[in-house]
Amino acid sequence: MAEIFVAKADDMADGDRRIVRTSKGEIGVFRHKGAFHAYANRCVHSGGPACEGVLIPKVIELIAEDKTYQGQTFSEDEMHFVCPWHGYEYNIETGVFAGDSKLKLKKYQIVERSGDVYIVA
Amino acid sequence: MDMPNNEVRNLRFDEYHSGEHLRNATKQAIERKYQDFLIVDVDAHHYESEHHREVFQYIESPVIKRMALESFNRGGRSSFLGGEVGYQDIGGRVTRHWLRKHEKTPASPHKDITTTLRWMDAMGVDYTCLFPTPMLFLGTHPQPEIESALAQAYNRWLCDRILAHEGRIISMLYLPFNDPEAAYKTVKEFGGKKGVVGFMVTAPRYKPVHDNAYMKTYRLLEEMNLPLSFHAAYTWGDQALKMTNRFIGVHALGFMWFNMIHMTNWVINGLPERFPKLKVMWIESGLTWAYSLMQRLDHSYLMRTSDCPSLKRKPSEYMREMYFSSQPMEVPDDPSILEATFKMINAETQLVWSSDYPHWDFDLPGVIYDLPFLSEKSKHNILGANAARLFNLPLKPVKKIPNVD
Repeated sequence: MAEIFVAKADDMADGDRRIVRTSKGEIGVFRHKGAFHAYANRCVHSGGPACEGVLIPKVIELIAEDKTYQGQTFSEDEMHFVCPWHGYEYNIETGVFAGDSKLKLKKYQIVERSGDVYIVA
Repeated sequence: MDMPNNEVRNLRFDEYHSGEHLRNATKQAIERKYQDFLIVDVDAHHYESEHHREVFQYIESPVIKRMALESFNRGGRSSFLGGEVGYQDIGGRVTRHWLRKHEKTPASPHKDITTTLRWMDAMGVDYTCLFPTPMLFLGTHPQPEIESALAQAYNRWLCDRILAHEGRIISMLYLPFNDPEAAYKTVKEFGGKKGVVGFMVTAPRYKPVHDNAYMKTYRLLEEMNLPLSFHAAYTWGDQALKMTNRFIGVHALGFMWFNMIHMTNWVINGLPERFPKLKVMWIESGLTWAYSLMQRLDHSYLMRTSDCPSLKRKPSEYMREMYFSSQPMEVPDDPSILEATFKMINAETQLVWSSDYPHWDFDLPGVIYDLPFLSEKSKHNILGANAARLFNLPLKPVKKIPNVD
């Protein structure tokens, strides 16, 4: 295991990301709500570059107490990143696949030291 | 530290490249040694609407040509060709749909040749059967003469601008099926053109395939040894499909629905007996529909042979002699279910791999190559050899898989 430099923390605003090429494959690093999250850039579906897609909140359905459908909206709490090949969506804070919680991207540990961000891989 | 700073990259959407987009697919192609055997994609697409100004120049009727060009210039509401309701890009989540406009290509060859070869090589594909995209819905156009005019123009444009210049791109040309006479003339005009390996009917339409008006076209195709394919699609205008309220519903059902109807009519009316040497292919309905329909028709047939007196065997036996494209291949958690489907359709000789690239639900060759129950020979057959036999293609690989490291 080695610490691999990603970026200076101040150089990554919320919503920014970096793709890091390592001997173990590409790793995507996201900054979201101030925290950093790192995942293997390989979709659990067919190996697409999962970390290179759009960021978009989870879609939720509005169901009233009487069980009637009242429309859709975006979640204010759960952000997803989406594999650009086929649309597989992942929770940005956990790497868990939105369509089946048994599946998730390999997660890498983040280390912040002296204003620098590293991944451990 | 094994990672210097300069190998950390930012994403540059304005530098979109079809090959780079499939970088991970290229790694798979290298790992699986696709360079060593033939891979034929029997169903992939381009967006002919991006070249409508060129295509419309090939319209024969001066009146329809003017109508088309005026509509193109005007843009916006109420177009000449209409459109189909849908959101295939999943609300922008499938990024290549909107990024491809940034792709840089040389002035020559044609942009669609360059971009098609880029993704073919990135995936490990030797030959690709290229189909249009918006024209998949043209069979629902209310004016048959518009379908015929556009089909002829598109087919001429495709032959002139694409197929004549790139031998790795082939096509089964669009048949204007709502006008049987025009369909017959289409086979006559284009049957011997370079790169034309058959003809294709877009499935969403309301003309039954057993209509007597089509018999001379089927006979001509059989005589010319050219396959006839039915390419699935959906239409949200269909009375039953209108009840679905999300794209996932109309797509999942629509892409099976029309091919199930055409297949049922094709078999029950004895067309395999009338045209025993005509090769028929069913495209982009996945595989489970065939598994289901074979059993369903066999079950009823045994009690109702009087409904289909031309048949000498069970419906499934005729279906098992047809060809099926693989995408979008259903992948159940239990591989034995898929294995049973493969057995049912005689995949060893009748299944032909397809990507459907660049559409939202494309498949890589790995969907076949990685299956645990297939022999190496079966993988090679499904990924390329079956299609090579069908389309008379050489077995020698000609792809140029790029180096990604």
